[in-house]
Amino acid sequence: MGLFFLRRLGVMILTALCLTFIVFFLTNLYPNLEKLAKTQGNMRMTDAEVTQWLDNRGYLQPMPVKYAQWLGVAPGWTREFQQDGQTVVTGRCLDGAVPAAEAAEAPRFCGILQGDWGYSTVFRDSVASIIGTRLGLTGYLMFWVMLLMVPSALLLGVLAGMREGSRTDRTLSTFAITTTATPEYVSGVILIAVFASSAVGLRWFKGTATAAMENPNFENFFLPVLTIALYGMGYIARMTRASMAEVMTAQYIRTARLKGVSFPNIVMKHALRNALIAPFTVIMLQFPWLLNGVVIVETLFNYKGFGWTLVQAAGNNDIELLLAVSVVSVIVVLVTQLISDIGYVYLNPRISVT
Amino acid sequence: MEPLTWTGALGPVLTPLMMAAVALFLLALVANWGLSLAGAKSGEIAYENGQAVLVSRSPLDYSMMAMKYAILLFLACCLAYIVAGMAIPDPRTKGIIGTVAGRFAPVWIALLVTFALSIWFKRRLGLYGKLFDSGIGMVGFAIVMFWVFAAIFGGPLDLIVTHDPLNQISGLKNEPPGSVVPNAAEDGYYPYYLLGGDNLARDVFSRMVEGAWEVMKIAPFATLFAFMVGITLGLPAGFYGGRLDTFLSFLANLILAFPVILLFYLLVTPEIVETGIPVYMAAVLFLFPIIFVSVMINSRYYTQPGFRTPVLAVVLVVLGWLYLSLVHQSGTKIDFLPAALSGLDLFDIPGGILVVFVAVMFVNSPTVFRIVRGLTMDIKTRDYVAAAQTRGEGVWYIMLWEILPNARGPLIVDFCLRIGYTTILLGTLGFFGLGLPPESPDWGSTINEGRKLLSIYLHPALPPALSLLSLVLGLNLLADGLREESLRD
Repeated sequence: MGLFFLRRLGVMILTALCLTFIVFFLTNLYPNLEKLAKTQGNMRMTDAEVTQWLDNRGYLQPMPVKYAQWLGVAPGWTREFQQDGQTVVTGRCLDGAVPAAEAAEAPRFCGILQGDWGYSTVFRDSVASIIGTRLGLTGYLMFWVMLLMVPSALLLGVLAGMREGSRTDRTLSTFAITTTATPEYVSGVILIAVFASSAVGLRWFKGTATAAMENPNFENFFLPVLTIALYGMGYIARMTRASMAEVMTAQYIRTARLKGVSFPNIVMKHALRNALIAPFTVIMLQFPWLLNGVVIVETLFNYKGFGWTLVQAAGNNDIELLLAVSVVSVIVVLVTQLISDIGYVYLNPRISVT
Repeated sequence: MEPLTWTGALGPVLTPLMMAAVALFLLALVANWGLSLAGAKSGEIAYENGQAVLVSRSPLDYSMMAMKYAILLFLACCLAYIVAGMAIPDPRTKGIIGTVAGRFAPVWIALLVTFALSIWFKRRLGLYGKLFDSGIGMVGFAIVMFWVFAAIFGGPLDLIVTHDPLNQISGLKNEPPGSVVPNAAEDGYYPYYLLGGDNLARDVFSRMVEGAWEVMKIAPFATLFAFMVGITLGLPAGFYGGRLDTFLSFLANLILAFPVILLFYLLVTPEIVETGIPVYMAAVLFLFPIIFVSVMINSRYYTQPGFRTPVLAVVLVVLGWLYLSLVHQSGTKIDFLPAALSGLDLFDIPGGILVVFVAVMFVNSPTVFRIVRGLTMDIKTRDYVAAAQTRGEGVWYIMLWEILPNARGPLIVDFCLRIGYTTILLGTLGFFGLGLPPESPDWGSTINEGRKLLSIYLHPALPPALSLLSLVLGLNLLADGLREESLRD
């Protein structure tokens, strides 16, 4: 078990390194840097000025060097200037231009390994604090999504799967298929149109969740939660249904029936536990998809969480913020995969990792 | 002129009927629930000639019957709208619903012909024919074919659309459905905006139909190419295992661990397009179909060089030419043909579409890879594979002509599901305004534009949203039907 865990951890770290390097590479391509220089500096800069601007900020170093600096395994760049008759130093680890003496005392390494996530060029704030706040907001959203999605999906799946082929099964399965076929930007639009638009007249909920960041309540928070939950729900429900239907055909269920155990008892006491093994891994593997849904829903409802930040960072080529966002999302994806694997082993006695 | 009403002169007749059908259905449903909760059983069943026949009916059966007839009544009303829409020439009599149904006349006829032919010959059509034994499969197939025909007749054949999807007519900005086009007769326009005008005064109905063509141009082909990539890499990974498998699986997991939207933002922005990365990716990814086809032919006819060599040469020349004309785009990074030979370049894919195509393909292929790999690992232990090995067949022959045909069931089902998923991805791209030009009528972009004024004007955003929903739902139902029927053997 320990060896398995270590191997998985190694693969995880390797994956995370590769992925962040890809993001790093793509965001640091010259046209992207040029756009960054022009949006941060001046739209009418000449090519020479753009090069100068980028060079002064350390963007023109070789790609592996920059990546190592961002990671914190290479010393950050420094550059000396003459300003007001004295030598000042700017650098990756320095806050603006500082005198040479002060610069010598600053730490030489400052990457994410040292806990320095960098500075966001769009929000003009440190990346760590932005990610912290936004993740908090999204975490709150996800909490309610899970609270709505998981129980209702399991209920749907178990009800549909306990009598395969019955009319209840047909109805619930059609509902589940419909929700999986409805991406968030469609269900969100339909839900807003029905429940929040002045044109229909049912103004039960708010069409935007901006107010929910400060003061979430049922009126302004329910639609975004429902929109994300609906898309994931169908898939989990179908997996639960398949697993439940399989368990219901097992020998021991037949034995229980022949023994005269009542149907509710068979479902609750005999079938349910074994039927819930597969959905557990499915729920865990749903996290990456939920991340997708979060981006769409936060954009649609203008809820300024993690997904919204991703769109802002990507749209404006905010390199360090984008890298932090991808690190976080990659870690979320990989950790949930690991948990689902380990959970599967613990829940299913027929499988062992050794 | 008066704006059109929703139901026109048909309304007073058909609307009460439809309402009655809905009310009857709900009543019967409640009665059915109540009765089954109260413990009512269905009537006696007798068996005659192996078929179950109800001898006496209980209240429970009557409630079921009421539900069935309510649904039939509702469908009959819908059919009446379609028939009336095709038969009555005047839009004012048939209303918006009738007129829209009438505009789709070529689609209805094509659907009718397809279904009639397929059901007539269904015993000779293999898995496709068996689809017509499953209710869900038929419904799904009907929805999918509806949009396929709508795309073909509306896009290149220009039959269904009423206006140019990019044309703006002043005075119709955000006008509700059924609005009259001012001075239509003089300017030669169709006299109504059937589903209203959008924020830029373009016809919502025409954009919806054109959007179907945009999706049909990309989604099935991107999925097909993703399958070729996935199959070409997944078969050896599953068959050989070992280092190759570890390496390819690592790559696949790497792409899968990326949040899709982040990947799109990184690949589909104008700055990245400028660096040429998507074009290089296209050059690599489009190699896989050529590899796939040529290895397939080579492994099959390896023992008959006299037949194999000419066939392979012809196929390679044709595919290679297509590949080169596809990859070569003047003005981009891959621009190798000299101007004198530009006649060799058969076609150019507009840059935006190529990038979107590549991005969608790239996102889809790792999942296909994993499915194919899993299936191969399962199938390679079968006896017929061992038999082929004993016969001395080559490795690629075994993979492509023994394993792949036996994995087709799950792959066909996944293909249908994946087209739906690709449609969703295309919509996502449009929703974030990535890739396709902003005035493009594809559903995602239209939803994105419509959502900004959603709380006041519903009509620009809802038609594309519902179209996308119905197409993906149809594909899912079709996949379900196929799965059921292929499991039945």
